Order: sequence, then structure tokens, then C-alpha cells
Amino acid sequence: MATAIMATRLKETEVVIIGLGAAGGVAALPLAQAGIDIVALEAGTWLTKRDFAPDELRNNVRDWPQAVQKAQHEIPTQRVSARGLTLRASSHPMMNAVGGTTLHYWAQSWRLNPWDFKVVSETTKRYGASRVPKGSTVEDWPFGLDELERYYDRVEHEIGVSGQAGNIRGAIDRRGNIFEGPRSRPFPMPPLRGTGFTDLMATAATGLGWHPFPGPAAINSRTYDGRPACMYHGFCNKGGCHVDAKNSPAVTTIPKAQKTGHLKVVTRAHVTTIEVSASGRVSGVNYVTDGVEYFQPARVVLLATYTYENSRTLLLSKSAAFPNGLSNNHGQVGRHYFSHNQGAGVTALFPKNLNNWYGLPAQGTAVDDWADDNFDHAGLDFIGGGNLWIFSDRRPIGAANMDTFGKAPTWGSAWKAFIKENADRTNTCYLQKTTLPYEDNYLDLDPVVKDPLGLPVCRITADYKDNERRLSAFVQDKMVEWYRAAGAVEVLRGPVGVMGISTHAYGGTRMGDNVETNVVNRWGFSHEVPNLGILGASVMGTSGARNPTLTAQALAWRTAEHLVGNWKTIAG
Amino acid sequence: MGKARKAGTLLTRRELLKQAGLAGAAAAIVPAGAIAPAHGAPAPVAGQAPGAAAIAREPLEALTTAEADVLEAICARLIPSDGNGPGAAEARAAHYIDRALAGFLAPSRQAYAAGLAAIDRHAVTSRGAAFSRLGPADQDAVLKDIEAGKADGLPSNFFGLVRTHTIQGTFCDPFYGGNANFVGWDLIGYPGVRTIVTPDEQRIGVTLTPNHKSAYDYVMFNKATARAGGPDDGHGNHGDPA
Repeated sequence: MATAIMATRLKETEVVIIGLGAAGGVAALPLAQAGIDIVALEAGTWLTKRDFAPDELRNNVRDWPQAVQKAQHEIPTQRVSARGLTLRASSHPMMNAVGGTTLHYWAQSWRLNPWDFKVVSETTKRYGASRVPKGSTVEDWPFGLDELERYYDRVEHEIGVSGQAGNIRGAIDRRGNIFEGPRSRPFPMPPLRGTGFTDLMATAATGLGWHPFPGPAAINSRTYDGRPACMYHGFCNKGGCHVDAKNSPAVTTIPKAQKTGHLKVVTRAHVTTIEVSASGRVSGVNYVTDGVEYFQPARVVLLATYTYENSRTLLLSKSAAFPNGLSNNHGQVGRHYFSHNQGAGVTALFPKNLNNWYGLPAQGTAVDDWADDNFDHAGLDFIGGGNLWIFSDRRPIGAANMDTFGKAPTWGSAWKAFIKENADRTNTCYLQKTTLPYEDNYLDLDPVVKDPLGLPVCRITADYKDNERRLSAFVQDKMVEWYRAAGAVEVLRGPVGVMGISTHAYGGTRMGDNVETNVVNRWGFSHEVPNLGILGASVMGTSGARNPTLTAQALAWRTAEHLVGNWKTIAG
Repeated sequence: MGKARKAGTLLTRRELLKQAGLAGAAAAIVPAGAIAPAHGAPAPVAGQAPGAAAIAREPLEALTTAEADVLEAICARLIPSDGNGPGAAEARAAHYIDRALAGFLAPSRQAYAAGLAAIDRHAVTSRGAAFSRLGPADQDAVLKDIEAGKADGLPSNFFGLVRTHTIQGTFCDPFYGGNANFVGWDLIGYPGVRTIVTPDEQRIGVTLTPNHKSAYDYVMFNKATARAGGPDDGHGNHGDPA
């Protein structure tokens, strides 16, 4: 590319990591500890706990965490089908910073359940092959939970995850999730504490015969690795932690990797393309800082931006060897995309104050009885399920904007009287549900909209299908039942919504053994480019019914460890 | 967290391209703090309910006096002072909006100019007097027309815009010029910003004493990024601490 000719050529390094967030920030540690020299190119900057003021207007209303240099200029466009109207959200949900979106995320750190790795084979075995939805491109993962367990465990202990185990080597503990796969040992920290409200909901769930438990969080429930316990102050949602109790790589694996002397962090580096040599191997990365172009040569490149940018960067990196984009000679980049089916929520009104003014979204009660294949689907018209999650989290502007349940006008004295009485009496759940990839849901480059450098932004073409819609209605009914059992006097059902831009976006560079249908192999390295690794939820082929970050981090550690163990083969 | 995506934030391609053309203007927003406030004695707030104690108006940063008169009166009807206590007037929601229109909300400045003028014209046409001079019942009737979009020259969804900003100005951190004396937080029972919360403070049945603290009463937090906080303002560029 022309940029490479004009760019300042920097000294070669062994590994370049593009994006120092949830995945890249974790992968840096095993590499650095093995003595491999890394240059990490991060579009954002360092933020510290002084930056994370408990300020709802700035954080939640004005989207301050995401209002940073790069992502805001690269918001993907979206449409529900190839014939649909193209729209664009006003804000990118992810942020650029050292640590990435783990600075402001909710920090729920779930492992996937065993079924999520084997959706096709388990569905076929239990209900018959016809129950895999038509048009879905879902495949079994190339391995099961048993293979990933070791890496989940390693990341949980390295960054610090609190929680209550429900299954240790097959021994079920009813205080935890009885449906989870076997763990080799307990969480490194006990779960975050319950609140009056989460206890109320847990009691109601038990009364229904369900199995409530506190969820896992990358948040300290006690002092861990020199950092303090959570202060429960209520500004975790869209806010960074003011005491470093949220275990972002920015305060865990990245500083530790820097101490080895093998990780160089370059901030405000806006990566544009990955360069390919005549032999078809990647040779380095082009980036721009303050309008100055650089070329950073490397023996191995690990692409660890977000799902949308992973596909976009590959599609923008065209060369003679890869005329349709890097690692795309089989046309699989951007395919098998989906974002998590998290709509169709429920909002409830209770007859008394819940005292939910403080706490955090990771401080909650979960029910997994209706997730995955934890219940019999023989008489149902969908596969998969949803995790029910309620939590303590409320701030004043959000509270004043509460739904009035048809009981009051939207302004004036009657509205004021309503919110005065009810501001602390409402709650909205979080329902994450199985989402599958389909033939006609994909990412590509927008033909019209470009970023300030003139490069096309990512375009999402995706919609929920029958399986997601039926499943949503079923899970919503369960949530209504739970709120009613806890004493709710009113409930409102939210819409399924559109499969738009999301913090839970999957696919585009799927992992699998079949080179015809997957971009990366079972180790996270490109089938077509041996020295290109890809990190993040873009390699995941199923979502499960829970947050993706810990799985992306476990996979990232595994890919990095594989690189260390096979350095000569991969680096060439 | 995909659910956090707000409804109504999707733009059509046409709007998108229109915005792209405005990108240069957005980047040129002057930080609110850089604008010198006009000096002089605070003026009394117009449009207050008869008998209410005079509320001093702060020096204006974006609006004209005539515009501020209309806005103050609208805020006072959206969240009125009544038997349930002080409302948006006492919270100084209009002050919050005025200041924000010189900063983060600068892209809405033109909508306010057009919208406030349209409301005043509609008040004269339909009720015979400027909005701020009407009684509460007539003001409410005008606002219902505005909510229904029944006024000439009204920007699209201007009522929703003002309502959103009035709620922000009533319930935001007082750092931004609204929620004066914490009247918004007291109204709904929010006990104030804390940096440590105990287990007992999260039990049902406990009523916490309001601490009347802003985030920026805690010296540990940087203020600079809060005042700006807009897209393209270059905040967060703190360099490498190592």
C-alpha cells in the first residue's frame, strides 16, 4: 500500500498486538512472561481512577467513556437485510483506552456452559437434526468446555474473579449454579455481597422451585493482588472504578506484562491496515498518530480489536495474495456474525422502596433454570434459552426517567408526584439469550460511509430470526413470573428490538477446523495466514446466554500460550 | 450491555450525511469554561408562580434574556413547585440548559432559538400574551399544543428535547449548574454521591440520610473531563503514567 511506502518504518518487533483491551491486554501477559518482545498498538490512552468520577450526566447520559478519539468516528452502519434501510447509531458502545471497554463494562465474568460448545451435536442427539434452525450456520466448537476450563481457571485467578462455584469436579454445590460445567477449583474470591433487593428476588426464585445464585464478576469482593474490595458506590455501569477494584487488564495483566520489560505500549496509535509480504505472510502493521504514518514490522500479528473492527481491518487489508481482504480467500471474513439477543426485557414496579440507589450491575441474582438446554425443549418450538439476571443499580436521572406504567402523565404535578413516590420502586432485568449465526447475517464494508481517514466503516446486515424471537417470548414469561412472585404490582414487556451494534458482538472471524467455513483454526490462528492470530469474541461461533468477555479472555490466553509453545513454527 | 443502546438514537443515512457535514462545527465547540460570563446583578426569574420567593437568575452563557424568560417559565411548568416541594425552577434547570448550550449541548442551540421563539409566538396567537406572562393554566395549554407539535416554526420534537434537558437539569450532579441545593435528588430520595456504601445501606427498609454531596466534592476526581465531556474534545489524553 502507498501508506507503507510513505510511512516511517520502525524497528521490527516479535509480536504486534492491535488493541490492548479485554483480549489483547490478557494475551500480552503469557507472551511477555515467555520473554517475547511485544509492541501493543492502542488507539486510546491511559485512564486512571482519578478520571472515573461518579457522575451520571457525564458517564451515562453523555456517554463520556466512549466519546474518545477513534471508535466514535467508526460507528458501524446497520440494516436488517440487504434490502433494508441503512441506519447508524449515534454512539459506539465500545471505548478506546488501555484496557478498552473493560474500564466501563459491568464485569460479569461467566464461563459458557457445556451445551454452548456443542449446540449442533447435542440438539441433534436429544431432539433430532431438524431442530437446528433452518438457515443457521451454527457449528459445534472445535473443542468442548473441558479444553477451555484450564484457561478460564487461569484468567479467573490472574485477573481476579469473584463468585460462588456450583460444580467442582462434578460435586454440585447448591449455593452456586448447579447447571454450570465442572470447575477444577473454587473461584479465587467469594461472590459480591447480596442486597435487600437481590435477597428478595432470590427467595422468590427458590419459592418457584428455581435455583438462584450470585453471578461471577471480575470485581474484588475482598482485597486481591494488592487492590481493594469493591465499594458498591453505584457508578460501575459506564464508569471506571475509583479504587481499581474492577479487574480490567489495565490494572492487572497489562502492568504485570510491562514489568517484564517485554511489553511496549504505544497509545493513540490508530491502526489502518495489516501488511502482507510477497510470501503471503503478515509483515507488520500500518498506523497513524496525529496524522503521521508509521509501519511497525513484526514477525507475528495478533489482531485484538473489537468484533466489528476485527472484520473491518481484515477487509481493508487487501493485497495481491488476498485481493478480497486479509485471510478472506474463502470468503468467510464477516460471516457468522451475530449480536446478543438481549432485548425483550421486563420492567417491574414494586409497592415499596427497594433501596437500590447503590450497588452495581454485577451485584445480582441469577437464574439459569431456563438457559441453554437446562430444560426440556421437546414440546417447544425453539432451542437454547436465557439467563435471568436482576441487580442493584440506580442513579437519579435514570430514576426520574422511569416508565410511568400508564399511571401518570409525562410532565407536570401529577408526574412529579408519581416519580417522588416510585423512583426507588422499579427494576429492570437483564435477559441474555442464546443467539445463533445465520446465512444472511454478516459484516462487510459500508459502500458510502467512511471514517475521517477516508476508510469505509463496518456495515452490519443482521436480524433476529424465529428461534431468537420465540425464545425471547418464553424467557420473558419466566421473568414476569419471577417478578410477580417477588411482589411486583406492575410489569412491562420490552420489545425484541433490532440486531444492531452491541457490546456483545460475535463472529466475523469464526474459529473452527473447517477452512471452508471458518477464518481461524482451533488455536485462533488464521487458516490462510500462519503468523496472524485473531483474539476476541469475533472467533466465537455461539453466544451462550451470558456475557462473552471471560470466554474471549480465556481464548486469548490459550492463543498466546499456543504461540509461545510453537514460536518457531508460527513466527517462521 | 447491548440493551444500554438508547431507543431513538438511530439516524438515517440522510441524517448521517448531514451530520458528517457538521463534523467540523462540532470540533470547534468552545469549552463552556472558556466563555466569560456576563457581569452584572442577577436578574429575577420571570414566570414564577405568584407568591413564590424570587429566584435569582445567574448570568446567561448562551441564551438571550428573552429566550431565558420563556425557558424558565417552561421548566417551571414541566416540574412545578407544588405541595410535593420545589421543582425545576428552584433546581435551576434553565441555568443548567443555558450553560450546556454554550458547551456540550451547543448543537441544540439553534433548535432552542427557533423553538423558544415559536412557543412565544404561539402563546401570543392562541392565548394573547407572551408565554412568561400567562398564568399556569394557560401555560399548560400552550405546552400541550407544543407537545402535540401544533405551533408554526417548531423544530421537530422540541418539547421532548426541552423535557429531557429539564430532567437532566433537575436531577444532575450540581456541578453542572442544575439540581441546586440538591432539590432534585431530595425530591426522589436519592441520598447523594458516596464513594463507600456499607451492607446496611443496601437493605430494604433503610432510609438513608441525604449527604448532599456532588461527585466533585470528593477531591480525588479530576474535574476537567467532566466540564467538557463532549465528542472530539480531546479529553482522556493523559499520556502514559509509567
